[in-house]
Amino acid sequence: MIEVKRPKEAFLSVFAYRMAPKEELFTRGHRACQGCGAALGLRHVMKAAGRNTIVVNATGCMEIVSSPYPYTSWAVPWIHVAFENAAAVASGIDAAIKVLKRKGKLDPNKKINIVVFAGDGGTADIGLQALSGMMARGHNVLYVCYDNEAYMNTGVQGSSATPYGAHTTTTPAGKVKFGQGYWKKNLPEIAVAHGIPYVATVCPSFPLDLIRKVKRALELPGAAYIHLFAVCPTGWGIPPAYAVKAGRLAVETGIFPLYEVEYGRYRLTFDKKLKPVEEYLKFQRRFRHLTPDLIKTIQERVDAEFARLRVMEEATNRPDYRSVSGI
Amino acid sequence: MKRVGIEVSIAIAEAAALAEVEVVSAYPITPQTHIVEHLAELVANGELNAEFITVESEHTAMSAALGASLAGARAFTSTSSQGLALMNEIVYITSSMRAPVVMALANRSLSAPISIWNDHSDVMNERDTGWISIFANNGQEAYDLTFMAFKIGEHPNVLLPVMINFDGFILTHVIEPVWMFDKEEVKDFLPPYEHPYKLDVDRPTSHGPVGLPDIYTEAKKQQEEAIRNSRKIIDAVWDEFAERFGRRYRAVEEYYADDAEIVLLTQGSVTEAAQVVVDEMRKRGKKWGVVELRLWRPFPFEDLKKVLCNNNIKCVVVLDRAISFGGQLGIVMSEVRSALYHEKNKPMVVGVTAGLGGRDIRFDEYVKMYEIGEKCLKEEKEPDKVIIVGLRE
Amino acid sequence: MRLKERPKWQELLPGCVIDEPGNSVNYKTGDWKTLKPVVDKQKCIRCGTCWIFCPEYAYEEDEYGYFNPNYDYCKGCGICAVECPARCIRMEREEE
Repeated sequence: MIEVKRPKEAFLSVFAYRMAPKEELFTRGHRACQGCGAALGLRHVMKAAGRNTIVVNATGCMEIVSSPYPYTSWAVPWIHVAFENAAAVASGIDAAIKVLKRKGKLDPNKKINIVVFAGDGGTADIGLQALSGMMARGHNVLYVCYDNEAYMNTGVQGSSATPYGAHTTTTPAGKVKFGQGYWKKNLPEIAVAHGIPYVATVCPSFPLDLIRKVKRALELPGAAYIHLFAVCPTGWGIPPAYAVKAGRLAVETGIFPLYEVEYGRYRLTFDKKLKPVEEYLKFQRRFRHLTPDLIKTIQERVDAEFARLRVMEEATNRPDYRSVSGI
Repeated sequence: MKRVGIEVSIAIAEAAALAEVEVVSAYPITPQTHIVEHLAELVANGELNAEFITVESEHTAMSAALGASLAGARAFTSTSSQGLALMNEIVYITSSMRAPVVMALANRSLSAPISIWNDHSDVMNERDTGWISIFANNGQEAYDLTFMAFKIGEHPNVLLPVMINFDGFILTHVIEPVWMFDKEEVKDFLPPYEHPYKLDVDRPTSHGPVGLPDIYTEAKKQQEEAIRNSRKIIDAVWDEFAERFGRRYRAVEEYYADDAEIVLLTQGSVTEAAQVVVDEMRKRGKKWGVVELRLWRPFPFEDLKKVLCNNNIKCVVVLDRAISFGGQLGIVMSEVRSALYHEKNKPMVVGVTAGLGGRDIRFDEYVKMYEIGEKCLKEEKEPDKVIIVGLRE
Repeated sequence: MRLKERPKWQELLPGCVIDEPGNSVNYKTGDWKTLKPVVDKQKCIRCGTCWIFCPEYAYEEDEYGYFNPNYDYCKGCGICAVECPARCIRMEREEE
């Protein structure tokens, strides 16, 4: 058995939260729904990223709620252009910063982070091509997909990140169909396949783990991808008060495994005995039609995926493992 | 300044390099590709200190150029036809977000059937996207206008993207004699690019906010004023260029228009071909002329009226190189016709279309266009629709 | 706040740029709520859990290290009440 060194700071005592950076760069007065997991996630990401950050936002919930003219919830430079091209706009900004630094028009020693925020629709579906191009070219950009598992901004339509069996307005559960009919697209693995230095999954229910991963992503040169699990009380049909709890349960049941892949090396950052998926599924309106058979199918898939991640972790941490990332 | 024989595509790339573009993001498409290939070469050889982004689509080409431009870098891209159609969404946003990107547009027809050859259906599709749009009719013009486009678009009172149109293959792939500048000569002509609200961590601004119904109308009015007012800067830049380097550009160019009875109104490389026809036919006693609509947006209403309503011109035959299906067919024709609507001494406006999808327009076909004008004058009837010249039927 | 909600077109910056970073703090979302969190300071252990999990960062730290809800921004989601490890936050109906 290979010993994997795991970060411990994420699971310190409750008082550890006080260690989180105090500066708020995604400011209040935004118009996200009550208990919005994405807004909470953005707030945490911005704490980690800090002031020297340019944010590129794809069209979507977070863009809408944070920028109805004349208000902006962004204390850092922020740009929104369209739905599918956030990674492309970020590529251009990265190129600009590189050349302006080379020419001395920007201080070459000043580190400027570029962070993209895009939803699951803007990432898994319409923005996938631009994201792939950005990662393949290795731009110095951190792409954060806040995944609320459907097109929430337009009223809960299914995306390719909508989980199997979930009811949405375009994948409704009916007499002959049971909701979303195919498995959630595995975006972190698509990012890993690009051989970029850093890929991670985060959930704002684990804020210190999130902050650490964002900082790591920004430290490493080149493109980084972070998949942020964003609980959506409105779209999922859960009480807003349970938003953080739902995120925690998604992690604890293995529905949303927390891990990071640094230069090709996998590391599970939450690896405990998993709770049954039913605990996560049962209190959400979007899953209430699921039959025991379907829940069993989901459980098998979750177990298989978690086991696969453990295998990947072990295989990629062997002393003789050589990663192509970063070479 | 020295005169060299050079492929027009290469000259256009050299114009962008002369402007010291900082970010080039482009995707291959015929007949534009030689332009960005040459820029890539200049970057690879260290002759141009720029970032060349090999994007994965034209949509990204424009998106990246927009991002770079608002981040404070001089940005350039080039495309044609389907590429422009694909980037359409961002073409509109680039002007709305006031990013002075310069785009060299090698005009090519739109599919289907797929045709890599020249007409103006690509640019006409982008007519209402809020870009300054200028036509070049030879290699020298393409070179000069591309270089000047940066100075126009980046002017603090303008801050708008500029597209320079030139005909695919007919210009892009042809070697022409072009007067080319040394860097020293133009050094102080083009000031460094400074966007007043660039993405700056020391002075944060938010770009591209949500425009609720309470704001959208005002936003569009502001944009419309900006492009309308850009005309002053366009003229000023062209005047300064003429004074310093001797080549003068006008929004509406005329050739024997002052004493012509019939003029052909053109855009792009057909202008010079029509001029050759006029030279020849004047020898045969025809009082014909050519008027070139160089500046497409902002539309030069006053210049056009001044040239066309001069009391000599009885008929203007507008040559459209694109079709508006189900409408009057001729996009330029209907714009010219409506621009002259209130003029008392306006000439008859007749529309013709030719040279679609790269078909050559022969000498006799130009003559035919003027003759259509003569016939309409004789019959005193202005046709509603465009007449397609050179159509087999 | 200098920028207006209903400006004349001449008052807009090019491209509707907003040059007042983070000015949404002037937009109070406090009236969205029907329930408001009330903190029992006798039980509070000042851990900051309410603060870290608030999507609005409505909780503000005072000089004694306690976190108090700012009702101008609190949308009343109730995450703090569920997450509080000391169980010292109660959601109460807004009086009106």
